[in-house]
Amino acid sequence: MTDTALPHRWLAAPRLPDAEVTATVVDPLLMHRPGKRWWIALGVSFLFFALTAGAILYLFVGGIGIYGINTTVVWGYAIANYVWWVAIGSGGTLISSILVLTRQEWRSSINRFAETMTVLAVAISGVFPILHLGRPQYFYWLAPYPNTMALWPQWRSALVWDFWAIFSYLLFSILFLYVGLLPDLATMRDRATRRASQVFYGFLAFGWRGSARHWRLQRTLHVTLAAMATPLVVSVHSIVGLDFAASLMPGWQESIYPPYFVVGAIFSGFAMVLLVTVVMRWALHLEAMITLDHFDAMAKIILASSFVMTYSYANEWFMAWYGGEAADRALVAYMFTGDYAPVYWAQLLCNALIPQALWLRRVRRSVPAVAAIAAVILVGMWIERILIVWNTLSHGHAVPMWRVFQPTLWDWIFLVGPLGLFVFLYLILMRIVPAVSMYEVRRLAHREGAT
Amino acid sequence: MIGQGKMLAEFTTPEALRRAVPTVRRAGHRVVDAFTPYPVEGLAEEIGPSRAPLRLVMLMVGLAVAIAAYLLQWYSAVIAYPMNTGGRPLHSWPVFLLVPFEIGMFTAALAGLVALFWSCGLPRLHDPLFAVPGFERATQDRFFLLAEAAASDQDGTALRHVLEDAGARVVTEVRRQ
Repeated sequence: MTDTALPHRWLAAPRLPDAEVTATVVDPLLMHRPGKRWWIALGVSFLFFALTAGAILYLFVGGIGIYGINTTVVWGYAIANYVWWVAIGSGGTLISSILVLTRQEWRSSINRFAETMTVLAVAISGVFPILHLGRPQYFYWLAPYPNTMALWPQWRSALVWDFWAIFSYLLFSILFLYVGLLPDLATMRDRATRRASQVFYGFLAFGWRGSARHWRLQRTLHVTLAAMATPLVVSVHSIVGLDFAASLMPGWQESIYPPYFVVGAIFSGFAMVLLVTVVMRWALHLEAMITLDHFDAMAKIILASSFVMTYSYANEWFMAWYGGEAADRALVAYMFTGDYAPVYWAQLLCNALIPQALWLRRVRRSVPAVAAIAAVILVGMWIERILIVWNTLSHGHAVPMWRVFQPTLWDWIFLVGPLGLFVFLYLILMRIVPAVSMYEVRRLAHREGAT
Repeated sequence: MIGQGKMLAEFTTPEALRRAVPTVRRAGHRVVDAFTPYPVEGLAEEIGPSRAPLRLVMLMVGLAVAIAAYLLQWYSAVIAYPMNTGGRPLHSWPVFLLVPFEIGMFTAALAGLVALFWSCGLPRLHDPLFAVPGFERATQDRFFLLAEAAASDQDGTALRHVLEDAGARVVTEVRRQ
């Protein structure tokens, strides 16, 4: 059977019986021990994890002066990292929810990666605002609880909105992941041969039997959650945008900020899902379920969101000119020619120019090429977030206050450390939960007549 | 009902399972439930009309929690701890909508999960069906139909024949434990 003669678009095998789906996904977890590469990756990422933990400890001892922030640029990497991570999480949810609602069948082989990625990315992102508080040990003051100081949270504060948005969103994504996972956990239970695995998955599966009535209720709940996830993600990321837009600073006080942030989330989220998919497809041998058409489809969405990003940038420039406010106009000039100008040009290169290569079908169907572009976009989107913080704060209304941010070693540790933490947790989760939604792939295979 | 077992029939395709449902009914037996490794379109509707108001429960719980969150904000900002921030009204209702929306969405989802378990009769870590050899494939690659024999069919032989004629690979009697 040659590649050109494949009868099914979203399955790379001529036939994919149900038993084979189960075997491909489950057996690596239950039958085989993790390979040497998995252990090496786990070890390396653990070093990053330890580095992050050490840096957090030092932050609690030394205070936020260990960052490169100063009295003018009071925000720094922590805020950029927070926005970057929560955006990646949001992208994961949008992939699952929007593609469920628009009945895109191809999502069934990648949604589990995306949902797992969401939970981890949102969990990591939620740590950063805390790590940026003047006294991080008092972060629980954000919650309304009876206290002897008779204090209440300030509900008009963007920090409090963030707290509730991230808290609700993280728990919601865990529930969304679990509802989709429930039938697959039952498969794991029934397939397991060792007593410990049977008990573990049996407990998690809650006695799921795949009864017709259960299926109908599970489908109802899953679709309902997907329908709720879309407005939830849009609201969470709009709140992240409001952290900036609710201020009075030039360059931040723009009504386009909330939707602009949501598009940024789709853009970087899809890039991260694509990267994770490339790695997982290779590591878990999922070539039969993840085809080049999957990469093609994801690349098209990335290309489209690149356009909306570029439009948002252009809108920023245009509104600064059209609004006529001197501080806004000076800020745009500063972005292109000021202290951070080379970084700003790099941002435009990464987010607006390089993704244009995805116009070419050959590029979209080349796994190394799309992976490289996705990595470039992730870098570009991080640059975008740090520049949103830097440019406005370095070039505000008060001219004598203009200063430049100088990153310290700790800033860099807080940037790269959590990446290792993400990989570490992902590696562990992928040894526990089935990496692909088996029941959805079975249904897809049946529909495409491949069983 | 003692001594009258239910029969569990194993099919290899969802089509065979669906064809068997009306056949069993025409012979006067009762179709109890079906167990499949993925949702089979239209099967649930054919087997039982019972519906659980999942979405209604989610809506009610989500709304109740959102209203409670709003009232908490109003109470703390207007009565318990009034603070003038830049002359803004104490009852700043537009921004007070953000937190109730977020927390309401989460609690609605949680209520949905609880309602799902409740109406599915879960958690139920053991079921007599789990004792049937081969039933573990219901979550992998086999399609099962559970049927109860008519009162006239004392030992279930007739039902067994109906199921076998409908293409069942194996038919097993399920005993109460």
